[in-house]
Formats: sequence, structure tokens, C-alpha cells
Amino acid sequence: MEQRTVDLMQKRLKRRYAAERRFKWYGRISILIALAFLLLMFINIVGKGYSAFQQTHIRLAMTLDAEDFPSDISDAEALFAADYSGLIKKALRNRFPEATNRRDKRALYQLISPGASYKLRDEIIANPALIGQTVEVWLTADDDVDMYVKHPPKGDAGGEPGTQRLSEKQRTWLEQLRSEDRLAKHFNTTFFKAGDSREPELAGIWGALVGSFFTLLVTLCLSFPIGVGAAIYLEEFAPKNKWTDLIEVNVNNLAAVPSIVFGLLGLAVFINFFGVPRSAPIAGGFVLTLMTLPVIIISSRAVLKAVPPSIREAALGVGASKVQMVFSHVVPLALPGMLTGTIIGMGRALGETAPLLMIGMMAFVVDIPGSLFDSSTALPVQIYLWADSPERGFEERTSAAIMVLLAFLVVMNAAAVYLRKRFERKW
Amino acid sequence: MRAAEDTTMETTNDQAAGIPGGTQKEDEKLTSEAAIETVGDITVENPRIQCHNVDVFYGDKQAIKNVSIEIGRNEVIAMIGPSGCGKSTFLRCLNRMNDIIESCVVKGDIQLDGNNIYSKSTDVVTLRAQVGMVFQRPNPFPKSIYENVAYGPRIHGLVDSKIDLDEAVENSLRRAGLWDEVKDRLQQPGTGLSGGQQQRLCIARTIAVRPEVILMDEPCSALDPIATAKIEELMDELSQNYTIVIVTHSMQQAARVSKRTAYFHLGELVEVGDTRRIFTNPQHRLTEGYITGRFG
Repeated sequence: MEQRTVDLMQKRLKRRYAAERRFKWYGRISILIALAFLLLMFINIVGKGYSAFQQTHIRLAMTLDAEDFPSDISDAEALFAADYSGLIKKALRNRFPEATNRRDKRALYQLISPGASYKLRDEIIANPALIGQTVEVWLTADDDVDMYVKHPPKGDAGGEPGTQRLSEKQRTWLEQLRSEDRLAKHFNTTFFKAGDSREPELAGIWGALVGSFFTLLVTLCLSFPIGVGAAIYLEEFAPKNKWTDLIEVNVNNLAAVPSIVFGLLGLAVFINFFGVPRSAPIAGGFVLTLMTLPVIIISSRAVLKAVPPSIREAALGVGASKVQMVFSHVVPLALPGMLTGTIIGMGRALGETAPLLMIGMMAFVVDIPGSLFDSSTALPVQIYLWADSPERGFEERTSAAIMVLLAFLVVMNAAAVYLRKRFERKW
Repeated sequence: MRAAEDTTMETTNDQAAGIPGGTQKEDEKLTSEAAIETVGDITVENPRIQCHNVDVFYGDKQAIKNVSIEIGRNEVIAMIGPSGCGKSTFLRCLNRMNDIIESCVVKGDIQLDGNNIYSKSTDVVTLRAQVGMVFQRPNPFPKSIYENVAYGPRIHGLVDSKIDLDEAVENSLRRAGLWDEVKDRLQQPGTGLSGGQQQRLCIARTIAVRPEVILMDEPCSALDPIATAKIEELMDELSQNYTIVIVTHSMQQAARVSKRTAYFHLGELVEVGDTRRIFTNPQHRLTEGYITGRFG
């Protein structure tokens, strides 16, 4: 007698369901592993970097004798020339009169950052009426002091490396200051306002952030219109022949070219041949445009291909010309997808270091770039530079800079998602 | 392009599958013979479209073989035949919709009001404004109902002011029998309508351009019987002002709406004639076979 289908099925049914369950679990496990690594990365970065958002300051009583300043205190230029680091040194000596010999004095002066005098200068120029009084001023502490405060030594072992950079005497002074409430951690505004510096306590991310912003602005302004335009032409208007096939193959190959090669190309063509300023965001933008274009072209062509032919036929059927069909019906439907492709390309461009090395954006740039033509660096390059620095203060700043880079990326993606939602058409 | 693939695939499938039943061999013999002589009168008085010796190729495949037919003024002509017989391909020749298919080549002579539509001097945009088309699946633009209908008049500059445009939209929707259903929600997306409403919206969009000929490519095949009945009623009304060429799979529909019927078989025009005569007294044995349901 022949067996019924239901009976025959029964044998395999269990195995079929088991396979389904197994597959579900594979998926769940891989997602869990991914999330775990992501979490680990965030914990690591935030754990290391959060302390960079605070900076130790030392409060000193500054006696601003009129004789230390030029006679005409309303003249900002004359005030500019006054000896502010001398004033700080004097204040330190006043507080710790026991430091009499040369070595002790030098150790004492090391507690305060060399950048503190500039801050003091700016404050006094902004408010000359302070001259002649004794004022309490918060001064930026040196990075060694900062590290000592943030990671206090445990026990007698001397604490963590880096804190040993302070001598016994310096530590005693700091403890005295702490007991007088003259030692405190404040929000690190310098980190968000300054450019790079040799001194960790004076180094900031703003220069690199502005550099990255300008670079990406150039990249976006060039690669989006060129890439989308090329994709529209190739997909909608170009005849299909061996030339367009050749172009397609080449675009696909370009997307796979290592980014440093684009950097070399940029160096040879843009900088050496066309004389684009070296180290400038405009050069970086050009190079990253080359790198981003293939990504945008390929993804834009894919979304254009996915627009259903019925919409094209509908438009042509009422007598729309090809340009009208493309720009009023096909492109609006493809735009969200094009934006997605662009944001993927821009995200890649934001994190790119290698091509920037070749065009001189791997530089120690202190000034904040004010235009597309100023020397500047970029966020990933800054992270690399700091990660390479021996000072311990740069370690936490590296992690903090990574956080800033990630925040930049999130803001950029959020903007793209918002735009995509706005342009999206309900089908 | 997808359309090209579809059509070629259909053709190959049909040729591979052949015609079921005992007639297969005879029919193969018939179709493999030099060429089928079209039975019936292809000419009409006062023709609007005249086609002579039209051949259509998709690459190496010949989809239409030597078809000649005339289509009269304000006439409803139905094109029937088994799938893959080329009736849609032929329809798409009449407003040069086949141009968008890369591999498609059209030979022969097709005239609209005495002008060859495939000549270099013919502007394809103008032609498609004169010869409108309604497609198999409703394909409204993903825009508002109003915009769907207003698009054609706007791009062709048929109206001067917003008031005229509103009027044109209302008129077109009224004639398509859709006005009462949508007048309160003109700004809502056209894709939110039901299938039958969408197809009527597409018809409204087509007539908003004020074409002379309307091509309908199986306009009811994706619709339920009630929506189909509404569209058929509409066709009846439209036939007073327009020349309508309809491709259909449903012989009942052809019988209901058309005055003349053309029967296509494997790319050839087998028989043309008065609809009633075709259905009651087909002359060619292929036509007879199709109508009596021996294949299809």
C-alpha cells in the first residue's frame, strides 16, 4: 500500500523545523557577539576618554602690582608685552616661600602649564581694571599634575606610571594646595576650543574638527552632484555599448582601489600639477572626492535600476520627455537611496587617514583653519597623532577624540536619515 | 529592460509549450508555412492609423511578422490572441513605447493621420501626447491624485492658469467616473486608491492630455469584476470621442466593448473583422480554435 503524503512528510518535518530553529539561533548569537564587541569598544573608549573632558586647575592669589605693567594700561598692545609667566612665578613663590634654591623653584614652576600665562594675559587685557589688586585666579595645571590628580597613586608603590613624574616635593605642594581647596577639576573647555599642542593640557580637538568639517564639505559638494549626475547619465541616458560597459567595469574597480593610491594621485595631480595648497581641506576634499565617487555612482545606479519600469512608462505615456521622466519621476523615487549611498561614502571619507597622509594633512597644526585653503588636519589624523605621543595626557585625549569623531559621524548620519525621511515617497 | 525580457520570455515559452491537444501538429504546420494571409478586411473608411507590413524584432527574435491593419476614427478595436502572440508588442508600436526597449527594432510603415510616426521628423513626445496609453497594471505616480492628473496638462502647457488646471483635472476625473469618489481627497496620494480606482485615475491622467487615440494594454487584467465593469462602461463612453485600441485576454470583454476584433497568433495577424462576425463565424481555423477554447 502506498504511504500517504502526511506520513512521509512527518519524518522530515522535525528536521526541517530543527533547521529553522538552528538558523534563528545562529542569527541571535552573531548579533549578541556583535553587540558585545560594540559594548566593549564603547566601554573601553568612554572609560579611557571621559577624564579628558575635565582638566585640573590651580587657584593662586595673584598680586597684580602696577609696576609690573606698562604705565598706559588702556593700551592693549603694551599690555600684551607684559611678563605674565613672571607674574605666575611670583605668585607661586609667594605661596611657597620655602622653595629657595634653583632646583626647587624650577620644580615649583612646573606645576603650572606653560599655557597658563596666555590665559592670564587675555583675562587682564579684557579687564585692565584688575591691575593693582590681588585676585584669585584659576590657572591650568601641567599635564603631570593633571594625571596625578585624576589617577592618584595607590599606596606606597608610587602609583601608576606617569604619576612618578612628580617629585616628592611637588606632591607635598599639591597636597597642601588640595587641602586649601586650591586644586580642582573643571570642565575642559580648552579641549573643545583649541587646536593641537605639544602640551596635552593645551591640546584641543577643535582644529581637527573644523578641518574635517571643511574637508567633508568639499567632498560632499563635489562628490554628490558629480556622482549622482554620472549615475543618472550612465543609467538613463547613455547608450548601452562597449564603451559604457568599459566605464562600468572601471568604476567598479575604482571602488576597490586602496585609498592611499588616491592620496598619491592627489599629491601628483592636485598639489604638484594644479598647485592646490598642501595640507589644506580643499586638497583633502578633492582626494576624498575621488575616493567617494565610485561608491556613490555604484549605489546610485543600483537604486535607479530599482525604480519600477511602470513609472517610466507612465511618464512617457503621457508624453513626458526623457529629461522630465528622469527628473520628475525617477530621481525623486531614487533620491532616498542615493542619500544612503552618499552617507556610506561620506562616513568612509570621514574615517579615512591614509590618503590624507600623502597630501600633508598629517601635520602638527596649531591654528584653527579659517578657510578651505588654510593648513589643517583631520579628526582621524589627529587621533593617530595623539595615539602616537608618549605623554600620558594624550592617551585620554585620544579616546576623547575618538568619541568626538563618533559623535560627528552620528550627527552626519542623523542628518542623512532626516533628509531621507523627508524625501521618501509612500509607494 | 524588464519589458523586453518579459515579452521575449513569453514568446519562447509559448513556442516551447506549443499548443496543447491534437491540433498541435497541424497548427505548427500552419504557422511554419511561409506566412499567414490575414483573413478579413483590414481597411476601414476614414482611417486614423494605418499600419503596413510591420515587423518587430527583439534582437534576433521576430515578435511581429508582417502585420497590416487600419484603425478607424472613433472606433474601438480589440486585439486578442494567446499570450506571447505579440498583441501587446504591436500596441506599443503605435505610440513608440517600444523605443525604450534597447534591442527592439520596428520595421514597416505606421501612419497616424497620414504621417509616418517612425519618420525622423516625428517628435516622439508629441506622438505620445496624441496617442495616450493605459497600462496593464495601474501605475499612478506616487504623488497626489490631483498631481497625477495635472501632470500631463502642465508639462504640455495646455492650461494657462491654476483655475484652468483645476477645471481640466475635474473634467478628466469626471469623464473617468472617478470625481465623486475622490473630490474630497485630491491631495491624497494616488497610490492609496483601490486597484480599480487607480486604473481609472490612470485613464483620467491619459485623457487629461486630450489625446486622439487611447491604447489600452489589458487594462482590466489586474482588476475585480466590478471594477472591470466600470472601466468597460467608461470605454463605451470614451469611444464617442476617442479611437480606442484595447488588448485583452478576455474574449467576453472584447465582445462587449469592441466594434472590430483582430486576432493575433505567434506574431501574425490572422483575422480581422467585425467583432460579432469574428465571434460567431470565424473564417480562419486558428481563430476558430482560439475562440472555441481549444487553446489560449
